Amino acid sequence: MVSAVRGGAGCIVRFDAARLRARALEVAAQVPDPEIPVLSIADLGVLRDARVTEDGAVEVDITPTYSGCPAMNMIALQVETALAAAGLPRPRVRLVLHPAWTTDWMTEAGRAKLRDYGIAPPPRAASRRALFGEDDEVACPRCGATETERLSEFGSTACKALWRCIACREPFDVFKCH
Amino acid sequence: MTSITVTESPHLALLLRRADDSLVLAHRLSEWCGHAPMLEEDLALANIALDLLGQARALYTHAAGIEGRGRTEDDLAYLRDAPSYRNILMAELPRGDFAFTIARQFLFSAFMHPYWRVAQSSTDPTFAAIAAKAEKELAYHLRHSAEWLIRLGDGTEESARRAAEALEELWPYTGELFASDEADNEVIAAGFAPDPAALRAEWDATVARVLDQATLTRPRDGWMQSGGRRGVHTEHLGHMLATMQHLQRAYPGAVW
Repeated sequence: MVSAVRGGAGCIVRFDAARLRARALEVAAQVPDPEIPVLSIADLGVLRDARVTEDGAVEVDITPTYSGCPAMNMIALQVETALAAAGLPRPRVRLVLHPAWTTDWMTEAGRAKLRDYGIAPPPRAASRRALFGEDDEVACPRCGATETERLSEFGSTACKALWRCIACREPFDVFKCH
Repeated sequence: MTSITVTESPHLALLLRRADDSLVLAHRLSEWCGHAPMLEEDLALANIALDLLGQARALYTHAAGIEGRGRTEDDLAYLRDAPSYRNILMAELPRGDFAFTIARQFLFSAFMHPYWRVAQSSTDPTFAAIAAKAEKELAYHLRHSAEWLIRLGDGTEESARRAAEALEELWPYTGELFASDEADNEVIAAGFAPDPAALRAEWDATVARVLDQATLTRPRDGWMQSGGRRGVHTEHLGHMLATMQHLQRAYPGAVW
C-alpha cells in the first residue's frame, strides 16, 4: 500500500506502508518498561505488532503482562509520544488481549538484562506450578548460587516475587513465571 | 449523577457477574492496604486485589462493547446501584480478620482457578483471552491462600480457632459459587462459559486436601445463602459502594 500524507513541513511525502510499519516497530521497541527501565517493551514481549491503517494512521499493538498491570497506560502513552516524536503520522496504540502474554515471550537479551539489573529472570513456563509443587530452581542474580529461597509470592510489582540467596545472603526479586 | 441500569442479555449478565465478583472482592482486599499483619502480606493482598481489578476492568470493557450503548468500564463500576450489582454475596462480606480474608480468598480461588482454565475454550474469544490471563493469576492466588490457611489451621490455638470460625461463617455462602439460573444455562449452552456445577468435584478435592493439611474440619453443607446474582445483597454492599462510588457520584465525570 502506498499512501500520501502531509509531512511536518507541509510537503506531500509518499512512503511505503511496509517501511512505515517497520519504522513504527523500531521506534516503539525503544520504549522502556516504566517499572523495569533496563527492559524495553520489545524485550518484555509486550510489543506485538504494528500496521498502517486504511486512513493512514500508524497503529501499534501492545498486550498487558498482568491483568492489573498499572504500567500499561504509561506504556501506551510513551509509545504514542515516541511515535509522534519520530514523525509517524497519527500514532495510536491498541491494547490486545489475545493471545495472552507469557513470560516465554521475553527475549534472551531481555533475560540477560534483567539478570544484570539484579532481577532473576522468569523460570520457563513449561514448569507450570502445581498447587504445592516445588518452587523452580532460581539462581541468585548477584552470585549465581542456586541455594535460594522464596520469601514471598508477591513483590514490589505484580510481576515479581521476593526471594533471598542463602549463599550471599542478599534478597532479590524474581520475575514470576507467567 | 443518575444511576444507570443495564438491560442484561444472558451474555451481558455473564460478564457483569464475573466482573462484579472480581471488583467487589478486589475492593475488600484493597482495604487491607496498610493494615495487613506484615509487610509481605500487605504487598500480597494489594497485588491480588490489583489482579482482580484488572480482570474486572477487562470484563467491564468487554461488557460495555457487547451492550453497545457507548458506556465505559467506569460507567458500569461507578454508576450502578447495589441492586444492579451481580456479585456473589461471599465477595461483599466485610473483610473480617486476616483468617476470614484468607479463608474467603481460598474458597473463591479454588473455584475460580478451574473456572478460568475451562473458560479459555469459550466461544467468546475476548472472554477466552481474559480467562487465559486470569487463570495464571488465580494459580498464584490459590497457592498463596492455601499456604496461609494451612499455616493458620495448623498454627497456634488462636489462629486455628479463627480459621475454623471463618470457614463456618463463610460456608453458607459457598453454594452460590455453583448455582446456575436461566441466564447461566443459556451462556453455558452457547459455549460462552463453563458450567459451574461441573467444577464442584475439583473444588471439593482442593478444599479437602488443604483442610486436611490445615487440620481443619470441613463445615457441614446446610442451607445456602443466595441472591447476589439477582441483585439481592447483604447490607454490606451498599456501604462499600458508597465509599467506592462517592467521587464519581459527587463529581460526575471526574478524571485524573
